[in-house]
Amino acid sequence: MPQPDRTPVIVGIGLSDYPKAPRLDALGHHAQALQRVLADSGVAKADIDGYLGAGGAGMMVDDPVVMAEYFGIDHRYVDGTMTGGSSFEFHVQHAAAALREGLCETVLISYGSDQLSRMGRRLGTGGFIQGGQHVAGPPQFEAPYGNSLVGAYAMAARRHMHEFGTTSEQLAEIAVGVREFAGLNPHAMYREPMTVQDVVNSRMIADPLHKLDCCVISDGGGALILTTAERARDLPQPPIYVLSAAGAETHWNISQMPDFTDTAASRCGPVAFARAGLTPADVDTIQFYDSFTITVLLLLEGLGFCKKGEGGPFVAEGHLRRGGDLPLNTDGGGLSSSHPGMRGIFLLIEAVRQLRGSAGEAQVPDCQVALACGSGGWLSCIGAVLLGKEHP
Amino acid sequence: MSPVPVERGTKWERPLPAPDPVSSMFWSAAAEGRLLIQHCPECGERQFYPRAVCVGCGTTPEWEEVSGQGTVHTFTVIRQNYARPFRDQLPYVVAIVELAEGPRMMGGLTGVAVEDVHVGMPVQAYVVEAEEGVGVPMWRPAA
Repeated sequence: MPQPDRTPVIVGIGLSDYPKAPRLDALGHHAQALQRVLADSGVAKADIDGYLGAGGAGMMVDDPVVMAEYFGIDHRYVDGTMTGGSSFEFHVQHAAAALREGLCETVLISYGSDQLSRMGRRLGTGGFIQGGQHVAGPPQFEAPYGNSLVGAYAMAARRHMHEFGTTSEQLAEIAVGVREFAGLNPHAMYREPMTVQDVVNSRMIADPLHKLDCCVISDGGGALILTTAERARDLPQPPIYVLSAAGAETHWNISQMPDFTDTAASRCGPVAFARAGLTPADVDTIQFYDSFTITVLLLLEGLGFCKKGEGGPFVAEGHLRRGGDLPLNTDGGGLSSSHPGMRGIFLLIEAVRQLRGSAGEAQVPDCQVALACGSGGWLSCIGAVLLGKEHP
Repeated sequence: MSPVPVERGTKWERPLPAPDPVSSMFWSAAAEGRLLIQHCPECGERQFYPRAVCVGCGTTPEWEEVSGQGTVHTFTVIRQNYARPFRDQLPYVVAIVELAEGPRMMGGLTGVAVEDVHVGMPVQAYVVEAEEGVGVPMWRPAA
């Protein structure tokens, strides 16, 4: 008897309301995303026997074991890997391995956040650690100095400019291209076209990053359902194949970053491509974590789309634009559409939309291979997932 | 090793470290004008921040006093921060300082106009006693 085909596939995607959903809390986003991914996939909730989540709401509100209880999922496999925004790329790596191994048959990954409605726009520039507070653990060596989340990425941008002559205008090109796609997404937070000059003339938040080099803060959530190619035959959506997934970490706290111009993408990228038998030239669209413009630039270099140090000239050539050969963040990305705190799941959802051919006006023609790459923490944990339309 | 200057009696309104069994040595030495990193008696690795293990080989590291001389490896100028007291101190510089002895540490950089800070700038440490027995290293341009 032939062995069942246990190749891992994504068979369902769901997004909760974004960018602002004042009537939903974090659990509400998870729940809405669950209902929408069930409707999209045709999977019965009772068939879900694996759950992965990163929490994020704090105080055990939506940790994976809590979500399994809340959703009523009798799991045989559970994983709460939390690498920041890239958590969901790591989850796909783990879910794919679990499906291949037969630890479970149908996996749900979900995320929900009411970041904007609950916290306002303080995620990037303070408001969490207040003066007089005693800070424990490794962050005690940074907390007295008042760095911000934006400031951490700014340190990488500054160093890249110093070593390679990268300019603010080159970084701005990334935000401008993503904004063009946001114009095609009716839900995107900011949709008006903008120029490189708009970006470099926007207010400086943490030198050298301007306001428009930074992602938005929003509400939002998402969910994915994965199963085996065997089971996907009975489901309505065309299966999207997980060709490979790889992750790596260089540091967690920014002061420990070994090389401010090199992320863990240069370690996990080659692994992901080798395991899929592909090269960067085979990728039709990239869905990259665009917490900041510099994030995208460093991921491009680390993953081998251009040489180290050449990210600035590379992006200025327009590859990432609509109609370019490597369209970036076709939903408007974190820079213009939504960023509820940990955006990695949206990268995977948009990659699936593109590979299904259901991305509407933003559709990349003949999209066969998509790369979702998340960056979590402070350029700390990078997860790369190659997805394909055809069975590997 | 000449001691790092210590400023006492300054009202410290910023967040504070919570000294733990390893870090308490660092903070208390700093309050006396001694800046410490760690080195490994087995493999020679130097590291900061201080840990109970060497990141190179896992051995228990030893303390090493350093000169307080360094260069700016990279930096940012913070122009927006909602948290008190930083919101009232804008703009200010946060730097990653590469110590003459090798390891890097984050620190505040003062005594220079924010627009004059640059990568490679030589800096020297000073310490602000934030509370009794807790010295927080800061940096200013080298004399």
